[in-house]
Amino acid sequence: MLADRDRIFTNLYGLQSFGLDAAKKRGAWDQTKVLIDAGKDWVIAEMKASGLRGRGGAGFPTGLKWSFMPKPDPARPSYLVVNADESEPGTCKDREIMRNDPHLLIEGCLIASFAMGAHACYIYVRGEYILERERLQAAVDEAYAANLIGKNNLHGWPFDLYVHHGAGAYICGEETALLESLEGKKGMPRLKPPFPANMGLYGCPTTVNNVESIAVAPTILRRGAAWFSSFGAKNNAGTKLFCVSGHVNKPCNVEEAMSIPFRELIDTHCGGVRGGWDNLLAVIPGGSSVRCVPAAQIVDCPMDFDSLGKLRSGLGTAAVIVMDKSTDIIRAIARLSYFYKHESCGQCTPCREGTGWMWRVMERMVEGRAQKREIDMLLDVTTRVEGHTICALGDAAAWPIQGLIAHFRPEIEKRIDSYAGNPHSDPVKIAAE
Amino acid sequence: MTKVLVDNKEIDVPAEYTLLQACEAAGAEIPRFCFHERLSIAGNCRMCLIEVKGGPPKPQASCAMSVRDLRPGPNGEPPAMFTNTPMVKKAREGVMEFLLINHPLDCPICDQGGECDLQDQAMAFGVDSSRYGENKRAVEDKYIGPLVKTSMNRCIHCTRCVRFTAEVAGTGDMGAIGRGEDMEITTYLETAMASELQGNVADLCPVGALLPAPQSFRARSWELQKTQSIDVMDAVGSAIRVDTRGREVMRILPRLNEAVNEEWISDKTRQVVDGLRAQRLDRPYLRENGKLRAATWREAFAAIAAKVGATPPQKIGAIAGDLASVEEIYALQGLMRALGSANVDCRQDGSKSHPKFGRASYLFNPGIAGIEEADSLLIVGSNPRREAPVLNARIRKRWLRGNFLIGVVGEHADLTYPYRYIGAGPESLTGDLKAPDSSKKPMLLIGQGALARPDGEAVLKRALDIATASRVFVDGWNGFSVLHTAAARVGGLDLGFVPGGGGMDALAMAKGGVDVLFNLGADEIEVAAGAFVIYQGSHGDLGAHRADVILPGAAYTEKSGTWVNTEGRAQLGERAAFPPGAAREDWAILRALSEALGHKLPFDSLSALRVALYRDAPHMAAIDQIVAGSAINAAGMAAGAPDKAAFASPIQDFYLTNPIARASATMAECSALARGRARQAAE
Repeated sequence: MLADRDRIFTNLYGLQSFGLDAAKKRGAWDQTKVLIDAGKDWVIAEMKASGLRGRGGAGFPTGLKWSFMPKPDPARPSYLVVNADESEPGTCKDREIMRNDPHLLIEGCLIASFAMGAHACYIYVRGEYILERERLQAAVDEAYAANLIGKNNLHGWPFDLYVHHGAGAYICGEETALLESLEGKKGMPRLKPPFPANMGLYGCPTTVNNVESIAVAPTILRRGAAWFSSFGAKNNAGTKLFCVSGHVNKPCNVEEAMSIPFRELIDTHCGGVRGGWDNLLAVIPGGSSVRCVPAAQIVDCPMDFDSLGKLRSGLGTAAVIVMDKSTDIIRAIARLSYFYKHESCGQCTPCREGTGWMWRVMERMVEGRAQKREIDMLLDVTTRVEGHTICALGDAAAWPIQGLIAHFRPEIEKRIDSYAGNPHSDPVKIAAE
Repeated sequence: MTKVLVDNKEIDVPAEYTLLQACEAAGAEIPRFCFHERLSIAGNCRMCLIEVKGGPPKPQASCAMSVRDLRPGPNGEPPAMFTNTPMVKKAREGVMEFLLINHPLDCPICDQGGECDLQDQAMAFGVDSSRYGENKRAVEDKYIGPLVKTSMNRCIHCTRCVRFTAEVAGTGDMGAIGRGEDMEITTYLETAMASELQGNVADLCPVGALLPAPQSFRARSWELQKTQSIDVMDAVGSAIRVDTRGREVMRILPRLNEAVNEEWISDKTRQVVDGLRAQRLDRPYLRENGKLRAATWREAFAAIAAKVGATPPQKIGAIAGDLASVEEIYALQGLMRALGSANVDCRQDGSKSHPKFGRASYLFNPGIAGIEEADSLLIVGSNPRREAPVLNARIRKRWLRGNFLIGVVGEHADLTYPYRYIGAGPESLTGDLKAPDSSKKPMLLIGQGALARPDGEAVLKRALDIATASRVFVDGWNGFSVLHTAAARVGGLDLGFVPGGGGMDALAMAKGGVDVLFNLGADEIEVAAGAFVIYQGSHGDLGAHRADVILPGAAYTEKSGTWVNTEGRAQLGERAAFPPGAAREDWAILRALSEALGHKLPFDSLSALRVALYRDAPHMAAIDQIVAGSAINAAGMAAGAPDKAAFASPIQDFYLTNPIARASATMAECSALARGRARQAAE
């Protein structure tokens, strides 16, 4: 179990005030000027050495990402954009940071912007996050009032921070769709290349980072890369916020060391699986977009990017969704298919047409009103969506179904048999909406 | 140039090429729906996926990636891409299946059938059956204007129409609402589109979702006879294809001509079709006792001969209208010379353009494609959006590229691009007005709103002074651009169809200066009572109502003729159909009439006429070329201060500028909508 002294988010549960004074007592804004005076090369080198991998899901090394930003050019300013459009089902970590520890995020924004030569930073907050936006804005106002950020702040790096409120679309969490939305356009992903580091917000070099990746940066720099990389397995360094939901006795958000075994995570913080470990059916370890993992494979698996990747799943946002044997796993995945069908932006063909198709077939499979050969057809359709789209939403819609078919095919077949074995009148055709 | 491997074939392509272009250059065919050469890249249909070696292990959209984004092989081999691997085949089949699951199987009743990209590509790249067993999506059809009919079930969301209205037309009428599979293409609150180029979205639509409404359910593409021709609705001379079935013109489509219209045409050019059927003059008429009665050609000629014989030559005059081809103006010029009259004019609007000032003084000298080279533009007395929408799209295209300053003296109208408004009338044409010093290729566009007024010559002089001060004429660059509104105008001026020594101009003749007026399709001029008017034209419009003798001629689709566009480019229009009833080709009428008048013209066939024409005006033989003419000669131009009146574009209603358009019900509907919009905007 992670010792309390090694926690970065010391006010994760909101037991203290989110305000500036309380945040300073917890260590925020401590020696920030010293960090900045150390120079941007030092900051980037330290971030690289810490082994921090992006906390938004893809796990790209953060320090490396920062180093991609081109040299400052007066004609094309650089921007930092913080992705606070946390909409992945099961994920609720950024919410707690913005509610209870916003000053860590603001300080991180200043340092990260300094490291990549940006004088302006935008935080794009999810549309449904009302309290989070209010708290964050209040904290930003406090930071301006205390001259911690602003044109002539006491850190000597001119810096403006803007909190932007989205309108509530899952796709705006995709970095280029987020930039489009921030520019006032329809939130639809852009084609890559060019990548945002080259042509991002308003055509200028931009780095888009997750809230957690930015918020941990000041503490990493203060305590040293070695401290941070001492947690977790090789290439999966650091501490991480896990959002455990579903069939555990005490669902919670908790900061833990990376690579903690699944069983330890659940037993230590969540009071175990509901009905005991024998009652565990499957786990979706990284938010709705990754493939589910059946109980036998997950219980002793270290919770990190590489170990879960080997199971053909992923750490994603570390939103651990635990399902016990009372779960109708087909229905659960069908609900996720509906989510992706509903949130597809409609720009490119495979996702626009494929998500609806997959959802409709899934709905029939929930009842068992399907043919067994349709299981393979469905699997084939998912492979025709995956990898053929502009952004990763197509992949995210395909993977849960692929996980279901890979691990629970007998369950689907049983459902089909039981439907076929019972008398049913022909279903009434309902016109598509 | 970069070396790349396409299907193991090495080829050298520029680095800025997209992979799609590189594959095409190597001879590999790439299917596509959303990609269009003249629109921005959307990359959303995913039909052009290809395999790229060295990249991620998934197919790449070839339209969206450029050759310079490719990485070479590990040992420095050229980057490789493949268009015929199993991965590519599977990707194409997959995308095609997705496109078809919600596309209705209604090809037999779809007007796009036979010329449908989806049909063709489904045959070439799709699979033979569908695995989709659910209900298909149903989408309500939208009203987007009188010219484009929608059938939104068929839409594949390629967004070509959205990008066209946003980028080329500049009105941004269309957009998508909803998301995911509920995304629908529509106009804002289903209003009619406001662009003069809106008909092009039906051409761009790769499926049958947007179709030309007036042609709905009227013809199949394979039963149409296709004739390449030239448009006469404005002075741009857009390249068109006239599709006929039997004697009837069914539709008009654009043809590719990079130098003139690229591949767009205006709505008037496209949908004037029904005007070719209505209000036609199909037999000669004679006015007897104040009323017109049908007559034979013989009677009509006899009546004319009697009148002309009794009139002295200086009391005979001729006006050529806006749609006349060079051939008939030439024949009429020959006839008037034989009669001994100097009263001829091709400028019924009173324009002061004159060949005596040099050919360059009335041409669009930089050429329409030259707009893209220019780096600043001053528009004087013109509303190019109404006078030449296709040319206006070229200006907008140049403006979109950036670093293009535009100033306007004249109407303060919405031209689809922003500009600096300088003033309304000639008073703003002061010595201070000149192009910025940084401008290397400045343009000055002067329209008929500035030239077709009594003080037109003085305005032209001022404009030339400003042009000289702005370095419009330097180093082989001539940015002086006259925008005409009549297709016949430059041809007439080139032939010298303007009053000779002591001759009267069109306005003087119409006011009663002549006793016998030969009116060759001039319908925009009011002829005062008194004169004996012979009207030769195709439609019963203003000119025919005033006529004493009507000679039924051919419309532009019914004759082979030369038209010289505003650039000075002679272009040949071909006959696609036959004139109705007793109507004949115009040069033949004039030839027959000349015999009845006892001054037989020296040609018996169109080719003989052209031989004579090319002898007198050799540049007419250089079809599709611009032959450099004489330079501007400002000597003798009326100096002095022009009037203070504001410039007004001669075209107040884009849709009703000529007799054919005024006979068209479609144009009338468009005009009413445009007037409604204008009224609403004024409120």
